[in-house]
Amino acid sequence: MDVFLQILVAGFLKGGLYALIGIGMTLIMGVMGIINLAHGQLMMVAMYVTFVLHSFFGVDPYLSLFVAMPALFLLGVVIQKYLLNPLIKAETILPENQVLMTVGIGMVLTEVIRFIFKSDYKSVTTSYTGATFFLGSISFSWALVVAFGIAVAFTVAMFFFLIKTDLGRSIRATAQDKDAAILMGVNTRRITVITFGLGTALVACAGTLLVPVYYVFPDLGGPFTAKAFIITILGGLGSTVGAIFGGVTLGLAESLGATYLGMEYEDIVGLTIFVLVLLFLPGGFKRLTKV
Amino acid sequence: MKKRLYPLILLAVLAGFPLVVEDNYYQHLMILFLMWVVIGSAWNMIAGYTGQVSFGDAAFFGSGAYAAGLLAHHLHVSAWWGMAIGGLAALAVGFPFGWICFRLRGAYFALATLALNEVLRHGTTIAESFTRGMLGIMIMPTFVSKVPYYYIALGMAVVSVLSVRLLIRSKPGYYFVSIREDQDAAESLGIDTHFYKMLSLAFAAFWTGMAGSLYMNYMGFIDPHVVFSLHDISIMAILVGIVGGVGTVYGPTVGAFIMVAVQEMFRSGFFGLFKFLAETTGSESVRALADVLTKGHVLGFGLLVVLVILVLPNGIVGDWDKIKKKVFRIHSPA
Amino acid sequence: MAYFKVESLVKYFGGLAAVNGVSFEVAKGEIFGLIGPNGSGKTTTFNMISGYHRPTSGRVIFKGREIHHLKTYKICKLGIGRTFQVVKPLGRMSVLDNVIAAAFSRVNTMAEARELAQKSIEFCGLSHVRDVLAKSLPIAGRKRLEITRAMATQPELLLLDETAAGLNPTELIEAIDLIKKIRDNGTTIVIIEHIMHVIMTISDRIHAINFGQTIAEGTPVEVARNQAVIEAYLGTDYA
Ligand SMILES: Nc1ncnc2c1ncn2[C@@H]1O[C@H](COP(=O)(O)OP(=O)(O)OP(=O)(O)O)[C@@H](O)[C@H]1O
Ligand SMILES: [Mg+2]
Repeated sequence: MDVFLQILVAGFLKGGLYALIGIGMTLIMGVMGIINLAHGQLMMVAMYVTFVLHSFFGVDPYLSLFVAMPALFLLGVVIQKYLLNPLIKAETILPENQVLMTVGIGMVLTEVIRFIFKSDYKSVTTSYTGATFFLGSISFSWALVVAFGIAVAFTVAMFFFLIKTDLGRSIRATAQDKDAAILMGVNTRRITVITFGLGTALVACAGTLLVPVYYVFPDLGGPFTAKAFIITILGGLGSTVGAIFGGVTLGLAESLGATYLGMEYEDIVGLTIFVLVLLFLPGGFKRLTKV
Repeated sequence: MKKRLYPLILLAVLAGFPLVVEDNYYQHLMILFLMWVVIGSAWNMIAGYTGQVSFGDAAFFGSGAYAAGLLAHHLHVSAWWGMAIGGLAALAVGFPFGWICFRLRGAYFALATLALNEVLRHGTTIAESFTRGMLGIMIMPTFVSKVPYYYIALGMAVVSVLSVRLLIRSKPGYYFVSIREDQDAAESLGIDTHFYKMLSLAFAAFWTGMAGSLYMNYMGFIDPHVVFSLHDISIMAILVGIVGGVGTVYGPTVGAFIMVAVQEMFRSGFFGLFKFLAETTGSESVRALADVLTKGHVLGFGLLVVLVILVLPNGIVGDWDKIKKKVFRIHSPA
Repeated sequence: MAYFKVESLVKYFGGLAAVNGVSFEVAKGEIFGLIGPNGSGKTTTFNMISGYHRPTSGRVIFKGREIHHLKTYKICKLGIGRTFQVVKPLGRMSVLDNVIAAAFSRVNTMAEARELAQKSIEFCGLSHVRDVLAKSLPIAGRKRLEITRAMATQPELLLLDETAAGLNPTELIEAIDLIKKIRDNGTTIVIIEHIMHVIMTISDRIHAINFGQTIAEGTPVEVARNQAVIEAYLGTDYA
């Protein structure tokens, strides 16, 4: 029983971070109608930013949020503005060109990082890396708990931003109906650029929070991109609330899978859920809750 | 009139190639080229003509390769028999694949195909007792010479391109393109869109699977990361299709040639040019550059993806008029 | 037995009833008009007849056979053709290829399909743009391509959704002539139209709906005089 609870707690905490990854993806998906297959790779870049700040300047990973997030926001803006937006105009048979473009961007990011840092696994050790506290007999990793807290804070902030601010409302309007938004005078091009930046900043946040408890290596982008789209499909395409459910579900499922089936099953559990959802619950959790 | 002769001339050149060029290295590259003609044509059918952009072609390639490999490994059946089975195995994978993925449209379809390939890759890695997992499967090649492989690949390439041509000028071809252009309109014209999407996918799966089993036979070694690779197979297939020309019969042939050449160029540091320069000049910086180029070949590949989509979204055959115009303008600034 | 009829059709989108209990019968060989203000559920009714939407409840019966559970392509094969209000040309195919694709619903060889398509193109008067890409047609051409394509599927019953919208007066006359010609050729027609004088001149009978519900049915003259119709429909346009 304790083991089981312990697994649930670990999965739940991880799920908080996954939710953050998923919301970033969902925002981009909602507004642009495309899937960003460079999402995990952008997160990986953020992790290297944090790694560099820590190992060369001794900056605490949590503090480097203030650098990593704006930096990745900018990178996202540049990508959307100069690489993705020009494709909308192009007359082409395959509308999926944008998706393919994100694959190309992901490859370039991975290889550039590999070029600079080699393929080695790096890790950032802080005073709190291994620190835990106990509630009853269940141990909690400090780093994960703090990460969970920050992730929740950002998620809530994101909600307020989307609902309360003009910019947020424009983003939601664009996501709901692009043509109508244009008619209402929304500059949708600007919105797509900002949204991509925001989505990237959110995944950068998740990446940075992962640094103290995870390894940093160039190839981690791919698996995390996979997680991001599993979360979004689980939650329902384009649904922010869904992304939170999706994130937590994936976190729990991975923990349970890794414990009861074996470590090598961690990835395949997510993919299996993904396929099952496609088969039996197209539309994801959104279908159940109608949020 | 002349245009009709081009494919025949090309065929004659290809048929004579190994008789003239006996160098193993170039024969190897040509075999890869022909294999990619098959894969590219298959991808072009489902994506270029039918508009269902698959990001999971490796699932079929890998299934074909593993069908041949496992047969040889477990039952000691010649992997050539596996070749017949390879296409069928890929078909068998294709049906559930389509059944699941065709519930989605557009980019979400692409995503689902990608995910299913991941499932197969992980599955093959985990099922060690059956597939040998990451150890991969090794078989003894049947021929020492590359020439037999070359002609088998050539045969497959010719038949696959011809079958595209035939299909595209008949009822299924019209139906595929209608589905690509507007699925709702297609339904209203009496087209069973689900059936025809499955048919197109079956075509793509079959040929990609055949190419996979050819790869097993020819290379003699496979592992899950090689044959179920997102970048090296699925994305490469898309690039072959796009570079040459999406939705054109000979586009994938052009694309395969360019992509195999470009990939080899990056991989070999421009066919050893930089190494050669480094050796002749003895310059350290050229040597370093050669090193960087070979090491960065995946980076080059990624940059190529980005560039191709920005500059040639419809490929060389598809954007031929555009290219001619541009070139023409440069030569005659009237 | 009615040739074609819909019975208490209901369609909900979420909480919104787009169509809420519409029934009508169409006799073989007539031109049957369906009118109603914007958003009253006309297109949704067509979508249920042609299998794009499953009715929430109600039935669609064609020649004595229930068809509301059939897939769209099967309904086409049964002999019900349709056009789209928001035209759906197969953009990067030529006009001829658009129509050939449609003709393949009746024949299997290229030669037969081409012949059938040619006939349909000539009949509908699109010969002059036969080899033009569908996406480069002006709106009148696209609307006509919709009809030409539907005709190539050799329908017994043809559903026309606002094929006259956006046409200039000359094109309008041509369109009316074509519709009459199609009927004279033996095809039964149900037509949705906003332009009053078009629907009034060509329809044998008219069915008027508002908010998804029937408000009147009868000859053009009867419907034009109907108080509910004037208030609901003409009222918005002429008041
Ligand atoms: N797929 C759909 N999902 C949700 N609501 C829909 C859908 N299709 C139509 N509606 C709604 O159903 C109602 C009826 O729409 P419909 O298109 O049938 O009207 P119409 O009579 O054809 O109008 P118009 O004259 O403008 O063409 C409208 O309120 C519309 O917004
Ligand atoms: Mg309508």
